[in-house]
Amino acid sequence: MSFSPAISRVRKTRISQLISKGKRLDGRELIEYREIKIERGVIGTAEGSAKVNIGKTEVTVGIKIGIEDPFPDTPEEGVLKVNAELVPLASPTFEPGPPDENAIELARVVDRGFRESKAIDLKKLCLVPGKHVLAVYVDIYVLNYDGNLIDASALAALSALLDTKVPKYSVKNGEIVRGEGWESLPITNHPIAITFAKLEDKLVVDPSLAEEEVMDARLTITVDDVGRICAMQKGGGGFLTIEQLLQAVEVARMKANELRKIVLGGG
Amino acid sequence: MVEQKRLIDDRGLRVDGRKPNELRPIKLEVGVLGNADGSAYIEQGRTKILVAVYGPKEVHPRHLGLPDKAVLRCRYHMAPFSVERRKSPAPSRREIELSKVIREALEPAVFLEYYPRTSIDVFIEVLEANGGTRCAGITAASLALADAGIPMRDLVAACAAGKVDGVLVLDLNDDEDKYGEADLPLAMMVNLNVITLIQMDGMLTQEEFKTVLNMAMEGCKRIYEMQKQALKAKYLAIKEEVEV
Repeated sequence: MSFSPAISRVRKTRISQLISKGKRLDGRELIEYREIKIERGVIGTAEGSAKVNIGKTEVTVGIKIGIEDPFPDTPEEGVLKVNAELVPLASPTFEPGPPDENAIELARVVDRGFRESKAIDLKKLCLVPGKHVLAVYVDIYVLNYDGNLIDASALAALSALLDTKVPKYSVKNGEIVRGEGWESLPITNHPIAITFAKLEDKLVVDPSLAEEEVMDARLTITVDDVGRICAMQKGGGGFLTIEQLLQAVEVARMKANELRKIVLGGG
Repeated sequence: MVEQKRLIDDRGLRVDGRKPNELRPIKLEVGVLGNADGSAYIEQGRTKILVAVYGPKEVHPRHLGLPDKAVLRCRYHMAPFSVERRKSPAPSRREIELSKVIREALEPAVFLEYYPRTSIDVFIEVLEANGGTRCAGITAASLALADAGIPMRDLVAACAAGKVDGVLVLDLNDDEDKYGEADLPLAMMVNLNVITLIQMDGMLTQEEFKTVLNMAMEGCKRIYEMQKQALKAKYLAIKEEVEV
């Protein structure tokens, strides 16, 4: 991947040798995740938040709620906006400045998972049709980069959305009035992103940074509550065979169930 | 509420009259620009795209050069007049993402290691957009690379398939992409039978996914044949000129 630092040839060879024997540098199985930790409600000023660790990768997501004009083609739907920041404190390879192609891809892949699986019932976020709707801003903040940002970000975003409390609004004479109390977001689906790295013609899940540096290609498959595929993205300058793709779909459906249990149990 | 368009009629035909597994009419031309080292033009239905390739050439800025291979750079860009409502010419987040995935779709095909410390720049300009622009862009870009004489492992052909009104269809147009249920763009090196780009958005069961994937692969194969014809056509034209 273009934001990975150079890796020594010795380490590269070692990873490749191990993979061809079905083993990984950190002792994991090919389809085993690193330890996943989820903590909700970590930011007081955000309407919802969560911090996710996958191994040493650490991502915090904060949700802010605002009132905006709807998009002209969906006048009765709330707005979902996903942004990702690869802040320079997270890795020696991250530079300050506006989001680069990696940050944009990360945000858009996470966004697609939620949007296409209709995870949030955006129709319920409409205040005045065509005029005012609620906007859900999902800000992904990468705090420590050790591989597999997509899965960590998608998990953190889902956990943060489940944690979100929306202020109650009502409409009086076309004016929006802040009511008493808070309510949860209308979450109707729980998409889970599963990312694979292709190493030596084998697929591994949850690539670490070292594995991402060596991988030929990356594949993310987002799976919804009932095992449907709702988003997919290939990355990296290599290719995938058809068999690898079909195998990845099988594994992703299985792994998504495991990860979803961690998210829903971690409330 | 926006009125839901019907995308499949009672005869099972699509909004533009196509059958579910029918491609839009495709026109491919190679060597269409004077200054570029390689170029190609594609019309796929109403989608029109020009692609130019410059390089291998010295990298600017110089520190971006790699000691062991060429850098492939790719810019996918839509003209402000290519869509209904004028699009700002500044690159959008979508264009930045597409530039990245298109580059990664072409990279496996090019022998970058033959040209260390150089860059190969691919410029994709969408002149008229009516769905399937990333796939059409890849199809034309790989022709432009070949036209530039850059050694390649295979041509990259790209085609999308998806689901609209519950029917699985090939090569979605703009309406089908916007109002349909799923879209799966795919790029392949057809002769090597490997995938260099896959994206998907929408909702598909595992079985539907397999069918849609097979349809897209079939579409890539058909487009691959047209690509070969287009490359040959350029040299046939030159040959005729010489012989007359």
